Amino acid sequence: MSHEHQQPSGRVRKAPESFLDAVGVRSVWAEAKDGRRHFIRNAFAAAAAGLAAPVVSAQGNPVPAEGGDPNILNLPAHTTGLGQGVATEGYGKPSQFEVNVQRRQSPGLTQTTQASVSFAPLQSLFGIVTPSGLHFERHHQGWWDVDPSKHRLMINGLVKTPMVLTMDEVMRLPSVSRFHFIECGANTAVEWGNVAVPTVQYTHGMISCSEFTGVPLITLLQLAGVDLKKARFVLAEGADGSSMTRTIPMSLITSGEVLVAYGQNGEMLRPENGYPLRLVVPGVQGVSWVKYLRRIEVGDMPWAAKDEAIHYMDLMPDGTHRQYTNIQECKSVVTTPSGGQVLLDKGFYNITGLAWSGRGAIKRVDVSVDGGRNWRTARLQTPVLSKALTRFNIDWVWDGKPAIIQSRAQDDTGYVQPTYRQLRAVRGTRSIYHNNAIQSWLVQESGEVKNVQLS
Amino acid sequence: MFSSPEAVFKRLLLALGLVASLGAAAQSTAFPGVGRPATAKEVARWDIDVRPDFKGLPAGSGSVAKGQEIWEARCAQCHGVFGESNEVFSPLVGGTTAQDVKTGRVANLAREDYPGRTTMMKVPTVSTLWDYINRAMPWNMPKSLSPDEVYAVTAFMLNLANVLPDDFVLSDKNIAEAQKRMPNRNGMSTHHAMWPGKEFGAVPKPDARNSLCMKDCAAEAKVASLLPDHARNAHGNLQEQNRPVGAQHGVDTSRPEGKAGTAAAAAKPEPTKPDAAKLDAAAGQKVALALLAKHSCTACHGVDKKIVGPGIQEIARKHPGKVDYLLGKIRQGGVGVWGPIPMPAQNLPEADAKVLAEWISRGAGK
Repeated sequence: MSHEHQQPSGRVRKAPESFLDAVGVRSVWAEAKDGRRHFIRNAFAAAAAGLAAPVVSAQGNPVPAEGGDPNILNLPAHTTGLGQGVATEGYGKPSQFEVNVQRRQSPGLTQTTQASVSFAPLQSLFGIVTPSGLHFERHHQGWWDVDPSKHRLMINGLVKTPMVLTMDEVMRLPSVSRFHFIECGANTAVEWGNVAVPTVQYTHGMISCSEFTGVPLITLLQLAGVDLKKARFVLAEGADGSSMTRTIPMSLITSGEVLVAYGQNGEMLRPENGYPLRLVVPGVQGVSWVKYLRRIEVGDMPWAAKDEAIHYMDLMPDGTHRQYTNIQECKSVVTTPSGGQVLLDKGFYNITGLAWSGRGAIKRVDVSVDGGRNWRTARLQTPVLSKALTRFNIDWVWDGKPAIIQSRAQDDTGYVQPTYRQLRAVRGTRSIYHNNAIQSWLVQESGEVKNVQLS
Repeated sequence: MFSSPEAVFKRLLLALGLVASLGAAAQSTAFPGVGRPATAKEVARWDIDVRPDFKGLPAGSGSVAKGQEIWEARCAQCHGVFGESNEVFSPLVGGTTAQDVKTGRVANLAREDYPGRTTMMKVPTVSTLWDYINRAMPWNMPKSLSPDEVYAVTAFMLNLANVLPDDFVLSDKNIAEAQKRMPNRNGMSTHHAMWPGKEFGAVPKPDARNSLCMKDCAAEAKVASLLPDHARNAHGNLQEQNRPVGAQHGVDTSRPEGKAGTAAAAAKPEPTKPDAAKLDAAAGQKVALALLAKHSCTACHGVDKKIVGPGIQEIARKHPGKVDYLLGKIRQGGVGVWGPIPMPAQNLPEADAKVLAEWISRGAGK
């Protein structure tokens, strides 16, 4: 394709700018897709009113007739004027041109905003870190901005001394900072039976990855004199209205992985993410990462909390529920190109996406552009960390024909992400939680990308 | 006799209720000066969890009849008079049978065609109901029920589900009997690979797994499911949900899909400069929205949509300029104007109610 793509982004020649309005641009592009190149020339010729015919280039960024891009030739205000001063914003914000990059609710998914979810815009993110303001949200009873000077952490149960700590005291203890993903157990839940939502934001956006800073929970348990011979389970409880409780696996506590965290990406946790204190349970579904953490109880049996005995259980085809399903199994998704996007042209693309496993590090990601018949191994971008998002990339030259893009991840236990067919053969389509099937994106000839499932 | 300084200190701590364990605190750990023993009173206030073996369950009792009274006053707005939910929250009751009470397995859970899953179909443990009602209900006033009221509400819910008879009085003494009648008490399995650790026994291999075939693999190459055309714009215009620069742009889903022309000719966002009047209105809006949240109005009313009660802007359209009327409705509640679900009287400061009434009378931001 060539100069027909009239993008105002500066990527493609804007000339003859001011001669074609937005509607004109679209019609030009539409006609171009029909292969009616003569129309393009006519349209440009008419609009340009007799200027020399534009130099036709095989690229999407041709040299305009004027001998150069007006965005280069005409120096803009930001090159010829004085910019703004320091600390104009005491806390900086994204560019005004980034307003489309927002976390969003899925229309009709929930009836109230307090017991609801917002999805992170994975299609617009780079690398592995989720900007804190775009971190997905899941609240069970609304979020709060809790005064840290009044927040307390209690540790009781099978310990020698039940203890109370202020935030000052929690933050005095030796801390660690680690990158981990947090994924809602219900991420991709709406897709168990069929395609239900259009974009990767809604199919996979209940995942985020941050650098968390905090104190290993085992340190706090030892501070209280935990009886590790009797301790088999730990309860975490939040300070919000629902006082959310979850049973936390002991093995992840004794390994030092579970953190009582106050830091997220270099600053304090965001209120929507549990300010000032939350549990970080690497590899385990988000519901266990109790926010506004107020209490830890050590015990010898699981608690069957509401989110362990009514929700967050996986229904199997025989009517049995799997209870205490915690681990987020190995999963991946291509984030661009992805559903709801359009490829602007034939030619080179970098297919990129995210892979993760609740059991460890990502070992390998393969990518298919023919619906899973043939695969190539993608490049893993460093860092590749245990129980964190891993970014993968692979080169692709699109020939303009329909393509079905998939990714398939393997973790360092050897487990390979399943297809929908393999997953449904075991679990049916009604289990709601823990859908880690391979995602398919159909690239149509028009360049438009659609969420599809294959049979 | 004179006491040693330690003894005086111990007595002082006892007087303060800090009995927990001076010994442990004094012996402290690698982190001297960090943390202090929790008092018995503090632990009692926060340690409210109830386990399946009923550890943590306070003494008390409540009848089905009493539970019905509380239910209709405090629960039915959201959960429906019969636990059917008013289409807002998940239904609590339904789908269980007398046979399920006998077997402890809810037969409908195995049916692909059964339309929904109620709480009573799923929950295996009565402790879960008691614990959650006690800690988190009612939704906008959690922890406002007394233990006896929690027993009563739990009893009523179990009665709605035909687990307990009409004349039952549920208590800490007989709750184990109720457990033996829970319809899905035998419906759980922990035999899976998704708990990290061996607390539930040997861990099987992950159940669904793939291979690393690279060439000429058996592919699921036919498209079996995609969104219907009428859902094209159901999530809003996807063009506006993608960055306007980059290798891919968003599709303009406000237009029908064509062979082409759906490309993202996304104009750069025009930064708007609101005028002073708009800024004032925005500030007023912010205050009003904060009050709506503070007083939990938003638990039942969306600003622009109905939830349990009518949307605030719907109310504003119906009662423009009627500050006093709105003030009265906010304070006293009512029923019948918008349907059969009653709004209880609200206990909020007069000044806050007035701000809200005036804001609504002016259109609630619309």
